[in-house]
Amino acid sequence: MEAIINLVLLTLLALITVGIVYARNLFGVVILFAIYSFLIASVMMVLDAPDVAMTEASVGAGISTVLMLGALYLTKTHEAVPKSYPIAPLVVALAVFAMLVFGTYDLPPFGTVDQPINQHVGPVYLERTPPDMKFPNVVTAVLASYRGFDTLGEVTVVFTAGIGILLLLRRRRKTDKPGESES
Amino acid sequence: MRLDVILRIITKIMLPFMVMFGLYVHFHGEYSPGGGFQGGVIIAAAVVFHALVFGLAPTQKIVPPWLAEVMIPLGVAIYAGVGFLTIMLGDNYLGYNPMHPVKPYYGQERGVIWIEVGVLTTVTGAMIAIFYAFAGRGRKPDA
Repeated sequence: MEAIINLVLLTLLALITVGIVYARNLFGVVILFAIYSFLIASVMMVLDAPDVAMTEASVGAGISTVLMLGALYLTKTHEAVPKSYPIAPLVVALAVFAMLVFGTYDLPPFGTVDQPINQHVGPVYLERTPPDMKFPNVVTAVLASYRGFDTLGEVTVVFTAGIGILLLLRRRRKTDKPGESES
Repeated sequence: MRLDVILRIITKIMLPFMVMFGLYVHFHGEYSPGGGFQGGVIIAAAVVFHALVFGLAPTQKIVPPWLAEVMIPLGVAIYAGVGFLTIMLGDNYLGYNPMHPVKPYYGQERGVIWIEVGVLTTVTGAMIAIFYAFAGRGRKPDA
């Protein structure tokens, strides 16, 4: 059953991707991106990662859709038809795709217990969270307590990104103002 | 603008629930999926939703731009401040055990809640400020 759901979701993902590449109306592309994010969120739910699914649904499908629509409001909404179709990017993309597919042959099957990823710190966290924290969500325990430093760094990244974008957009607006008054 | 009465009424009804859900996702983060980041994004989405329906100016009366901009560093300060608080209480930086005088696991829970408040503040502020920065730029006639 899970395999069928995954198959359907991933097929839809592939179709959406092709749609994004071919669509010329950028409003449509933004909506397709939102659908893409929802499908990814569903895949994450199937993989039993509701925290990631929630983040993907709210950030990918919610906020970034609004921001892209906001960006579209400032530019043209129709993608220009390219003058030529260079072949090199296609070759690079196909080569990377082939290498990635080749790489998957060395990966262990999904969910294998005796692999390092399931043997190293994961079981320790699962074991220690109930006595240490007395709350059931191990993801929160790892993020906020065991890996508190990492999350502090993450918040600093959000801080830096926010400040950086504000500085960029602010400066542009200020330099625009005298130009507008002159014209 | 006169024809979207249903949209406006539905928005007014839904907004408190959206903010409430964001806070629920944050404060219930130890028991259910979610946490400060997701809760912050949901609260920011509620503000963006308000701006989309009612326009930018009414929203900026409720959440002024300076508030969103202050929230970005404030959250980092709350998070880092919890770390210094735990040092003063006698543990390591971000070691939450002494935040409850008797039971260390309640201390952990308090510490987690407080640093997630920091995450929520920064994320909400950053999202709203970025949205304002985008939405505040008018379209140029020949752009």
